[in-house]
Amino acid sequence: MDDMWMKIGSAVLLGAMIALLLPRARHMIQNSPAAESGDWRAFLLPIAAVAGFVALLMWLV
Amino acid sequence: MATFISSTRSETGVLATNKLIRNTYTLLSMTLLFSAFTAAISVFLQMPPMTYLLSVGGAFLLMWLVLPKTANSASGLGVVFAITGLLGFALGPILSMYLSLSNGPQIIATALGGTGVIFLGLSGYALTTRRDFSFLGGFLFVGLLVVFGAALLNIFLAVPAMSLALSAAIVMLMSGFILFDTSRMVNGGVDNYIIATVQLYMNIFNLFISLLHLLGFASNND
Repeated sequence: MDDMWMKIGSAVLLGAMIALLLPRARHMIQNSPAAESGDWRAFLLPIAAVAGFVALLMWLV
Repeated sequence: MATFISSTRSETGVLATNKLIRNTYTLLSMTLLFSAFTAAISVFLQMPPMTYLLSVGGAFLLMWLVLPKTANSASGLGVVFAITGLLGFALGPILSMYLSLSNGPQIIATALGGTGVIFLGLSGYALTTRRDFSFLGGFLFVGLLVVFGAALLNIFLAVPAMSLALSAAIVMLMSGFILFDTSRMVNGGVDNYIIATVQLYMNIFNLFISLLHLLGFASNND
């Protein structure tokens, strides 16, 4: 019974978060500046490092 | 004369940015310590699983309804501590569950250390390069919406592999948000240290929970 209420509560919370995030996401899509040369590379390099670090932690634990 | 005025203005801008960064990281450290304290209380009291949902729900209500109205006043500080205290308290049942495992303390310590390394590394990268990551805004918010949609679906489907994939996606997304939010502080996208603190705190909170889930899974599979 508790599990069912947890599921319902989680669904309500996630639904509310999606509803509140939608306008913000729409605003961001319309107003974010376009990436310049090298911007994606500068983002992907540290993200790849994070992925490698997390894989290392998962292997070590 | 014009050069002098422009130089004075840019110096004022740099000083304001430095003050914003210093205030944000000071408040962030204090809120992290406070949420560690409320998490410890929650573990000590052996709070039931429903605590997570109620505390996160309460924190989100404060974040969406109260924080925007108080962020420019001293009462905003109280709201930040209420939000982070509630989120810390929400961690209690999750931490209790991990602590009941034989290597639970090790998993929690690794997730905590990993979160610290990732946050400091990415923040340091964004602060030292001073690169503008505002182009990521649309990508990150759409990514977050997709993850929330998939998580909503998985509440009822309960597919463990999907839950794991969502945790991995959240780790990547929160890493992107750390770069995005830090660069917004440096490049003038945000000028309120209370808002900046809550944004960075949320990144750390989600990163920690997802890392805990991934490490818990990896540990079970050994």
